[in-house]
Amino acid sequence: MTKILAVDDSASMRQMITFTLKSAGFDVVEASDGVEGVSQARQHKCDLVLSDVNMPNMDGIAMTRELRTLPDYKYTPILMLTTESGLDKKTEGKSAGATGWIVKPFKPDQLLNTIKKVLG
Amino acid sequence: MTIELSQFFQVFFEESFEGLDVMESGLLSLDPSNVDNEMINSIFRAAHSIKGGSATFGFASVAEFTHVLETLLDEVRSEIRGMNPDMVDLFLQSVDCLRELLEGLQAEVPVDGARADGLRQKFEAILGVSTDAVASETGEVEPVAIGWQINMVGGEDILRSGNEPIRMFTQLSEMGELTITTDFSRLPAFNALTLESCYLSWQLTLMADNVTRADIDEVFEWVVDECEIAIEPIMDESLPVAAEQVEATEAQALEEDAPVSDDASAAQTGLAVPQTQKKAEPGSIRVDIDKIDTLINMVGELVITQSMLGQIGADFTFDKVSKLQEGLQDLERNVQVLHESVMQVRMLPISFTFNRFPRMVRDLSRQLNKKIDLVVKGEQTELDKTVMEKIGDPLVHLLRNSLDHGIETPAERVKAGKPETGVVSLNAFHQGGNIIIQINDDGAGLPKERILAKARKNGIIGPDVVLSDEQINDLIFQPGFSTAEVVSDVSGRGVGMDVVRRNVQELGGHVSVKSEEGVGSTFSISLPLTLAILDGQLVRVGNQVYIFPLVSIVESLSVGMNQVSTVAGACDLLRLREEYIPIIPLYDAFGIEPDSRNLEKSLIVVVESENTKVGLVVDELQAQQQVVIKSLETNYQSVEGISGATILGDGTVSLILDIGGIVTIGQSAAPMQIKAA
Amino acid sequence: MNTMQADTDTKDTIDTAGSIVGSIDAVDQYLTFIMDNEEYGVDILAVKEIRNWDSATPIPRAPPHVRGVINLRGTIIPIIDLRQCFGMAAIEYGPLTVVLVLQVTTSGNDSREVGIVVDAVSDVYSLDAADIKPAPQMSDQLNTSFIRGLVTIKEHMVILLDIDNLLGRDDLSDFAEVTDAIKKDEIVKAI
Repeated sequence: MTKILAVDDSASMRQMITFTLKSAGFDVVEASDGVEGVSQARQHKCDLVLSDVNMPNMDGIAMTRELRTLPDYKYTPILMLTTESGLDKKTEGKSAGATGWIVKPFKPDQLLNTIKKVLG
Repeated sequence: MTIELSQFFQVFFEESFEGLDVMESGLLSLDPSNVDNEMINSIFRAAHSIKGGSATFGFASVAEFTHVLETLLDEVRSEIRGMNPDMVDLFLQSVDCLRELLEGLQAEVPVDGARADGLRQKFEAILGVSTDAVASETGEVEPVAIGWQINMVGGEDILRSGNEPIRMFTQLSEMGELTITTDFSRLPAFNALTLESCYLSWQLTLMADNVTRADIDEVFEWVVDECEIAIEPIMDESLPVAAEQVEATEAQALEEDAPVSDDASAAQTGLAVPQTQKKAEPGSIRVDIDKIDTLINMVGELVITQSMLGQIGADFTFDKVSKLQEGLQDLERNVQVLHESVMQVRMLPISFTFNRFPRMVRDLSRQLNKKIDLVVKGEQTELDKTVMEKIGDPLVHLLRNSLDHGIETPAERVKAGKPETGVVSLNAFHQGGNIIIQINDDGAGLPKERILAKARKNGIIGPDVVLSDEQINDLIFQPGFSTAEVVSDVSGRGVGMDVVRRNVQELGGHVSVKSEEGVGSTFSISLPLTLAILDGQLVRVGNQVYIFPLVSIVESLSVGMNQVSTVAGACDLLRLREEYIPIIPLYDAFGIEPDSRNLEKSLIVVVESENTKVGLVVDELQAQQQVVIKSLETNYQSVEGISGATILGDGTVSLILDIGGIVTIGQSAAPMQIKAA
Repeated sequence: MNTMQADTDTKDTIDTAGSIVGSIDAVDQYLTFIMDNEEYGVDILAVKEIRNWDSATPIPRAPPHVRGVINLRGTIIPIIDLRQCFGMAAIEYGPLTVVLVLQVTTSGNDSREVGIVVDAVSDVYSLDAADIKPAPQMSDQLNTSFIRGLVTIKEHMVILLDIDNLLGRDDLSDFAEVTDAIKKDEIVKAI
């Protein structure tokens, strides 16, 4: 089963994302900040990473950078969840190695469509 | 498949209220002239989370309002803009406003949006923008093409970010008929190949008549910066024109925008730097209280059963003993684990109650035109959740009192040689089986003469009665007692100390005050840590067994009469090293017939409460064991000197001593007390 | 050991005139007991348990009618000596002495369990509200609120007690005078 790592410091967002993904048949691993995200990524072989940008302890961008140094995650799709529509955040994300982004707020089916697009 | 978002609402509301608390305490602790980066970031993140969540779950009014807030906070954290006290005020007001909005949404009650609008306008004025103009761009109107020609030069790094061209092509192929020609011309020699780099280019022809430019853009939106992508519509019978470079354009945002200043990118410092590790905030677990209470009763029963079994096992037939012992060990272990985990859940740090005070002090001191600093210590001290909920109001009352009547105006303070800013400190700590909460102020202290005069006037005490300072101060807890000249709007009817005392007593605790005129006052509330399992020392007096909290015992000794001094009209004193300790015979205090009234045949247990030591006369020390504290108040009433009861292994009830209360009983019987010289 | 459990339910209320404002079902059951050769009754719905007297742990400095506390399945409940409440001579408790565990609603609307020591349990009667006479009017000083009413059963008088007013107060006052007065009244009437 395809495993997705969902990282967001907001519990309600995590719940919504997990529920959406599980209902679509995905396996989900959660984390509430970048540090936990890296730890979970190490423990579980994930096929895709969804991450919020603004989080305490380690934000999404730093986490992306860290994940890209792990052999298992060199090419894993990493998608940033962001309300920032400013150019800089997306550029920063990309230069850290993120695959792309999903703009908040998103509806559950928008999330699923984007994920399906990425996972092929 | 539709997902019902309302199932996530409750969690969203709860975390948003927590976020608002974080914002509030952060804002209160901010020094506008020297903004702490860490702090402003956490305030920003809290607002950001609320915005994201409210937008996701469809709470547009909250999202719009928070958006403006967030924008301004972002400017402050990017150091584009500084903070000032008026802005802090504005932010604090918007925290209140958001609370109101969220509470209304949670209760499904409509909230008047006027306050939010007013605040939003003020923010917009500061930002110099108006958010009423919608900035989202709609797609261009274009003639319908029958297909698209896309020439893409793959950016070298796109593979490294997990972007796989095949995926994009697959997406395109789902839109219509796709033909691809791959251009290998940029491939270097084999030995110069880097596996992770992309050297390919493609020419893609998509035949479809219902695909818009926006659809195509969307497929490539993530790689559009790194690749050269030329997209040209194929009109009927026209050939694709040589493409111009497509500028890196934004994928259309789904939300309205308040444009962040262009300098923002230049000034970005915050997030790129990895944050220093902070201790993770303790999350709160929401558990049904009834379930917890049931669990705790279960634990109580297990503890009792365990000690009963222990008793039976003690004189059982030999062949069964080892099995019994095994069982007992298991039982003990289970109880331990259950106890620990359950206690963890039930007890919460007092910070949950203390948290509202900084705001209160700030608002009140402004209202009263006084300068007051609040110092909080021991906020991690834990106590039972229900006790904490009930102690909130009495604490508010005592704090208001200190602010209103305790701390003087800046002018008065300067005249008295004190610093202009008064200090109120809150402290909480464990002592024995209790939690002690103290509110201290360096204000004017209790006005003894006025209190005495008022008490005499009200007939509470006779005209000739002489009272010690402590007794005079204690008078403020009498009903109807208020020495406030003017009924203050702040604390209500001046002093409702009798209500405070009653509330505290209902929780099984005490409240007392120490005060010195001109120096300040300290109110102390002592509350039992109910639901506790106490480490107890069983003590026998006559035919009754009592429990002493082990923590309160200093030492136990048998004495010779040469160590005892008899003071006429008061109690005996024990000379213990350099101290003189009053001796209280428990049999008198409790009306029991002891083994012997001869001090030399008895034991003295020296106990301590709030820095006062007394020696209690008992007949025998028995076992030490953990006991479950059961309430006397539930079906009877509180008893002075007794903090609760427990059930011993034989099923009988044993009373647990409240050392503080015993000391008080003893002191009232012994007006004189000689402390160490 | 005799144990009897009962549920609690809403009970009848007494209006200020002292008569019973009845429930739809005007027949109630009462458990009666003996104290000092007088028979008293309590609403059976208030009786949670009947047990034999065992020892109680005394409470320091408690009034004499509070005998102490006992362990009732993990809860601490007080044991009240009703005899002493009513000013009767205290007696030695023996193996036939009975404790009635009652569910009491206090003036603050809390629910409490209290045990009362009685000489012996008598019987259970179904009584029609119409048969219950109000407590006789006394002088203003005497508080009769703890008496629900009087009823004659098999030619002798039974005093029906209002448990909440009797035991639900903060202090358990001395009702001796009232019961004395009632007895005299009845005797006078009987003559």
